[in-house]
Amino acid sequence: MTVSQSEFRAALLDADRAVPEGLQNPHAGPAGARFSVYRNNVVVSLTEALATAFPLVRKLIGTQTFGQLAGHYVRENPPASPLMMYYGETFPEFLSGFAPLSHIGYLADCARLDLAFRRSYHAADAASLDPAVLQTVPETLMAIRLAPAPSTIVIRSRWPLFDLWRFNNVTDAPKPRAAAQDVLVTRPEFDPAPHLLPHGAALWFDALARGSSLGEAHAETLRKTPDFDLAATLTLSLTTEAFAAPE
Amino acid sequence: MLDNSPRFERLPDGPGVGYKPQHFNDLLNEPAPVSWIEVHAENYMGSGGRPLAQLRSLAERFPVSVHGVGLSIGGEGPLDKDHLARLRKLVDWLRPASFSEHLAWSTHGAEFLNDLLPLPYTNDTLKLVCAHIDEVQNTLGTRMLLENPSSYLAFSESTWDETDFLAEVVRRTGCGLLLDVNNVFISATNLGYSPEGYIDAYPLDAVGEIHVGGHDEDTDDNGAALLIDSHGKPVVDPVWQLLCYTLAVTGPRPVLVEWDNDVPDWPVLRAEARRAAEALQPVR
Amino acid sequence: MSNTMKTVAIAGAVAAALVGHSTTTAEAAAKEKCYGVSLAGENDCAAGPGTTCAGTSTVDYQGNAWTLVDAGTCAEIELPNMADGTAREGSLEELSRDLPA
Repeated sequence: MTVSQSEFRAALLDADRAVPEGLQNPHAGPAGARFSVYRNNVVVSLTEALATAFPLVRKLIGTQTFGQLAGHYVRENPPASPLMMYYGETFPEFLSGFAPLSHIGYLADCARLDLAFRRSYHAADAASLDPAVLQTVPETLMAIRLAPAPSTIVIRSRWPLFDLWRFNNVTDAPKPRAAAQDVLVTRPEFDPAPHLLPHGAALWFDALARGSSLGEAHAETLRKTPDFDLAATLTLSLTTEAFAAPE
Repeated sequence: MLDNSPRFERLPDGPGVGYKPQHFNDLLNEPAPVSWIEVHAENYMGSGGRPLAQLRSLAERFPVSVHGVGLSIGGEGPLDKDHLARLRKLVDWLRPASFSEHLAWSTHGAEFLNDLLPLPYTNDTLKLVCAHIDEVQNTLGTRMLLENPSSYLAFSESTWDETDFLAEVVRRTGCGLLLDVNNVFISATNLGYSPEGYIDAYPLDAVGEIHVGGHDEDTDDNGAALLIDSHGKPVVDPVWQLLCYTLAVTGPRPVLVEWDNDVPDWPVLRAEARRAAEALQPVR
Repeated sequence: MSNTMKTVAIAGAVAAALVGHSTTTAEAAAKEKCYGVSLAGENDCAAGPGTTCAGTSTVDYQGNAWTLVDAGTCAEIELPNMADGTAREGSLEELSRDLPA
């Protein structure tokens, strides 16, 4: 009786399936609970990986609920790569479509923030921009192109995403306000940290990432958000090392 | 790191530990914590950041063993070319003293199942495993070590003993072996054979590295002992004894203490590494 | 705004930003303050804790049934059902949500 890896895999992720007959205990009897060691290890290890990878989502819905949720997710979405550091790329979309938790509208964005932390943590190293580059005549300044560092990630949200993060991570932080908040994740040296972006700053980052000059990006952003505060955004960007030094 | 030769020719015949980031400072600050360290390849395949920076510092001081846990050498399908390329990149950059992987599968189609799954030992799987090992050794340009699994069940279709299967893989591919004596103890208990008998039948000449680690105890449906390879506890005495039994034949070898779950503070792991050093003492 | 005015506006903003900018200190590779990111997604070769047979019933749930068994911090968060957030300009679709991945 041969057991193909397809059969093994099917029984592994579906506890309702019988254990393949070619798997045995040492007395040529059915493997029974011995097969559960693998069943459990796959689901438990993936669930734990998800729980450590999405700490904000876990805090928001509680560890037990998260475990239940993960049980669904890991069976439907096993990793697509052996790099566990990136597991859960599709978790935000899964959360958006998961009816039992649809009343918590901000969960998917919180998952995207958790994911951004890991992407930033493992992103390529790059020297950060020397602010002295900006000490130049206004005409040159207008034409400068700034590149976000590989570890810089901007997340737009219709929810108070920064407040949600802070409420769950900073002692005595206030409750989230009813407001839309965009978040900037940067990694000076090795540790990613989130920052609340001023209104319109996400558009400005997007324009710069697309290769627009400082002048073009500013004009573009102002068209959509007339109250955009460039000085505040630049200060935040420089202090958090959001930009990479030019190659 | 332009030079292509390993910084350390081989792993020293002394105690090593599986590296955990929480022990970074302890390893660098102590005068002689261990002879070498082992890292899991997949954890150093990001593009940058702290993991690679830490590994760079550690590699200047310690011989490093790169231990893959995701290549799926026992998989029915072809090896993942992208993953092989990532391994090649890591090995070229780090120039480790050793590269090892498992006699197991973990990838099915596009899915990675994050566990070391078992395979039957047949002429077909032998051919498959050897072809995969040839491909790994050709890609990496180095001899690899293959580790024996911890078994919880048997395949009725198996026609080879594990030890004969491993010996034949070594003969056909020229690879070396990583002998995990904790896995031997677990498999022997779970499948009802003698661990010493396994060691006696094992191709010990090919051993380039030895693992010890902790395990959990459970029972199967019939109440028979079922040991689980959890790497979350101290190594038990019978496994230390099996290590000594093995070393008495092989002579000194690099011995690694694995502790992956409920990772303790450094002094606890250091005590385990010292026990490994003591086990090596009489055979030096 | 005229081009001159725009240039002046940017130059002024940059000047303000440079004053406000204080250099951050470099930190060692060892220092860990990244909210647990470092331990997320480690590969290893062990069976996880709680994977033994005894854990089967609790682990091998196959559930269609869904119960919110315990509440996390979301119970303390009162946000009006603002699925669309506050009114804002532009559409999200215009923007690639995550800058360089």
